[in-house]
Amino acid sequence: MKEIIRMIVVLSLISGVCALALSGFRAATAERIEDQILQNVQGPKVKLVLDKAENDIINDRKTISVNGEDVLLFIGKKGNEPWAIAYESTGGGFGGDIKVMVGYDIGNDTLTGIQIISHKETPGIGSKIAEDQFTKYFKGLATSTNFTTKPQGGEVDAISGATYSARGVCEAIRNSVEIYPQVKKQMQAQ
Amino acid sequence: MSVFKEFTKGLWQELPPFRLVLGLCPVLAVTKSATNGLGMGLAVIFVLTWSNILVSALRKVIPRKVRIASYIVIIATFVVIVEMATQAFFYPVYEALGIFIPLIVVNCVILGRAEAFASKNGVFASALDGLGIGTGFTISLVVLGGLRELVGAGTLFDVEIMSAVYRSHSFSFMLEAPGAFICLGVLLAIMNAVSAPSSS
Repeated sequence: MKEIIRMIVVLSLISGVCALALSGFRAATAERIEDQILQNVQGPKVKLVLDKAENDIINDRKTISVNGEDVLLFIGKKGNEPWAIAYESTGGGFGGDIKVMVGYDIGNDTLTGIQIISHKETPGIGSKIAEDQFTKYFKGLATSTNFTTKPQGGEVDAISGATYSARGVCEAIRNSVEIYPQVKKQMQAQ
Repeated sequence: MSVFKEFTKGLWQELPPFRLVLGLCPVLAVTKSATNGLGMGLAVIFVLTWSNILVSALRKVIPRKVRIASYIVIIATFVVIVEMATQAFFYPVYEALGIFIPLIVVNCVILGRAEAFASKNGVFASALDGLGIGTGFTISLVVLGGLRELVGAGTLFDVEIMSAVYRSHSFSFMLEAPGAFICLGVLLAIMNAVSAPSSS
């Protein structure tokens, strides 16, 4: 009996101390990690999507709430005027979620471009969705475009061999366009 | 002298991937380049040394029956610290190594040293043991990664070594998983030939 109590006490103590150490370290690095992810993962993509912006887009970001979900909004400015916005959305691809950054010109409601942030598609086949060849097509399209692939009756060229991957990107864009009016309204209200 | 031996044995006699043939999963997976091998090796040195020190310091406190669980908790703590530190300060390394940083927890080299050495020896000897084995592991990873990078991509630590003609027609096969096995096999064979020429 004594041995059991000793085992429980020792293991609990070790776990407790470790948990304490980790939460301390986490608190110390959390801000830097978030900043690193912004700079290294989303940052470069946002800059490509809003390539005509003159401000520091990563610093001009804010979090808004749409339908109860937080959306991290990047705002591109020309001079001092907000000109375009970009935010991330998700679609289901062949190998997993595809995360897409979609940029909008809020003046005439067109896409300034899209960039794939992360995907798990087959290398060499589905991974073509991340190439310029595919993503450049969306540049300048109106938000009213039917963002489904041509075989499904839409307007987007699919990639041969990567049907599901292209559909996933379209789904992400549709999800993004769907909340665009609300995002725009909230942004202009502020 | 004997303390010094605890350090040097990790460099040849008990060189983890080649001599003990332990911890092969990260060895094969991350050695696409010398830089990746070095990053992984440094992470392992840190985790191994500190987990050895703690396990050794607590060896009289931890009851035998829960020792493995205790070791895993201690190792996991240091691994998560390494993961957060690389994410915060060396983001490109974090991206390159990805899932293999958290997987250091189940690297049997580390648990093996805790169980076979640190739980039976003093703190100082255990620290040296961890440093030695970790250094040996790092050297192995850098050698393997360097070899694969040189043959497969024509570069070493991202510096272009081979001519442009070679680099555009390199054996990219060496960067794939089978290349890792072949490289490891060749290195193992060389090491065996060097250390035991008479037995063959």
